[in-house]
Amino acid sequence: MTTEAARLGRRTYRNRGRETRRTIGGLLKHVGVLALAFTMLYPLIWLVVASLRPESLIFREPGLVLEQLSLDNYQFGWTALSHPFSRYLLNTLVLVGGAILGNLVSCSLAAYAFARLRFTGRAVLFAIMLMTIMLPFHVVVVPQYILFAKLGWVNSFLPLIVPKFLAVDAFFVFLMVQFIRSIPRELDEAARIDGATHFRIYRSVILPLMVPALATTAIFTFIWTWNDFFSQLIYLTSTRNFTVSLALRNFLDASSTSSWGGMFAMSVVSLIPLFVIFLLGQRYLLQGIATTGIK
Amino acid sequence: MSIHSELRSLSRRRGASDRRADRRDNRVAYLFLAPWLLGLLAITIGPMIASLYLSFTDYNLLTSPNWIGLDNYREMLEDARLWRSFRVTVRYVVFSVPPLLIFALLIALLLNRGMRGLAFYRSVLYLPSMLGGSVAVAILWRQVFGTDGIVNQLLAVFGIQGQGWISNPQYALWTIIILHIWTFGSPMIIFLAGLRQIPEQYYDAAKVDGASPLRQFFWITLPLLTPIIFFNLVLQVIFAFQSFTQAYIVSGGTGGPADSTLFFTLYLYREGFAFLHMGYASAMAWFLLLVIAAFTAFNFWFSRFWVFYDD
Repeated sequence: MTTEAARLGRRTYRNRGRETRRTIGGLLKHVGVLALAFTMLYPLIWLVVASLRPESLIFREPGLVLEQLSLDNYQFGWTALSHPFSRYLLNTLVLVGGAILGNLVSCSLAAYAFARLRFTGRAVLFAIMLMTIMLPFHVVVVPQYILFAKLGWVNSFLPLIVPKFLAVDAFFVFLMVQFIRSIPRELDEAARIDGATHFRIYRSVILPLMVPALATTAIFTFIWTWNDFFSQLIYLTSTRNFTVSLALRNFLDASSTSSWGGMFAMSVVSLIPLFVIFLLGQRYLLQGIATTGIK
Repeated sequence: MSIHSELRSLSRRRGASDRRADRRDNRVAYLFLAPWLLGLLAITIGPMIASLYLSFTDYNLLTSPNWIGLDNYREMLEDARLWRSFRVTVRYVVFSVPPLLIFALLIALLLNRGMRGLAFYRSVLYLPSMLGGSVAVAILWRQVFGTDGIVNQLLAVFGIQGQGWISNPQYALWTIIILHIWTFGSPMIIFLAGLRQIPEQYYDAAKVDGASPLRQFFWITLPLLTPIIFFNLVLQVIFAFQSFTQAYIVSGGTGGPADSTLFFTLYLYREGFAFLHMGYASAMAWFLLLVIAAFTAFNFWFSRFWVFYDD
């Protein structure tokens, strides 16, 4: 009896030891991950704080404590370039809006065909579609530029928006194909028996059900277009058409003069929409990455 | 089902199911596909062929292309600057992609074990991947590693005399590599998703056999994750070869100092769009495509030695 009790006691004692070790281990892990996260975000937080400092203090303060709040940088940066910064924000928003609309319409149409219809050449075209996801942009950029130059589209938003209406971002076609496949076929078949055409099924059955995939597409398109630099750099030449990316680049050219403060402030302004999208749409973002295994 | 399982199953079934189809929807299917097909032909395949043609010409956008045979390619062979930029790019890919993936995998493993606050950490660690491609962050990077940037100020706290990392040809590329590794969040998300798909029974069985956590990792987790690691590697290599924005902004558009950040794409941009050497730029683009294809082919070939498929 006594030995039995002693053994039981020892066992629970040992278990408790293991448990504390585990909580300590867990705690250490949390501390470690938090430290990593903080280190990673440090430059971003510093950027925000620095943009709120008087210009003269920016390069003297590596810390995050803000002793003196000043909005001068924002005021200066907003009007430092040839147009007010709102112009560039608006241009970028127009571009983003066009790109999102284009991608939603064209990619969902193609995805419906790949996921639901049987047609000659389906496997080959699907393979080609997957391959274009990996095709380097630079291989086609020169002739594309020539094409759009011949059409007189350079220095307009058209070269940046029209391709989106032609489902050039095959990544989203793939994402939507994956999603449509997870929708039970019985739903379309029921509609089919009721005499619905494919277009009707696409519009009234599939599209409403694939809202999460559409949201993911819209969010990624937003981020990519907002961050895009290369194609905006080659297609948009006059400052009135400049986007946020190009405007920030202009700050850099002019930064021999002391416009660091204004440049930082406008950098923060340019990151705010991304951050908002991140906060609102992170569920779709993370889902999109996880289900396609890309970016 | 992600892109890797998709490509694998494609290579296996080779359209058998299509031939079986008795009732086809050709007409309506091609209507649905019309925008995509038009884009494929007019914006992807057409320009690809055109760029191959242009690579054998001298073309400046103003006069019509002038056929010069292999001259562009011959010129490339002797263009010291091109090879310098090629080496810069390869160094960037080789030194940024593996650490990026290893980091992503390690953090994913750390976060995976039913950690409290997982969603929070996942989001916070993902944020840099989302912002990392922007011009704003590249501008920030110039400051972080600048002469009086945060890095040097922090080093000064420890009594170390820093230097202008961006303006030193020896270190400039490394600042861009660090920027790239900083965006490990998205492969981390993919790894987390992959980890969640490993059946719990495997671990239960291993525990019954008394396998240590380390053994479980090397005999269950790692092998089952190799297909995902592989496809992440393939895609990250392809994407890294195309990096442009960060090198452009960090170097102020020059690829300097001393061409140390002159990425291949940056050189291509300067040749094609600053000097309007469209023929030469096209030849460069095809060279880049072939290099990427070669790296990808090597990855696929090499995968048979380390990638494990469960099925």
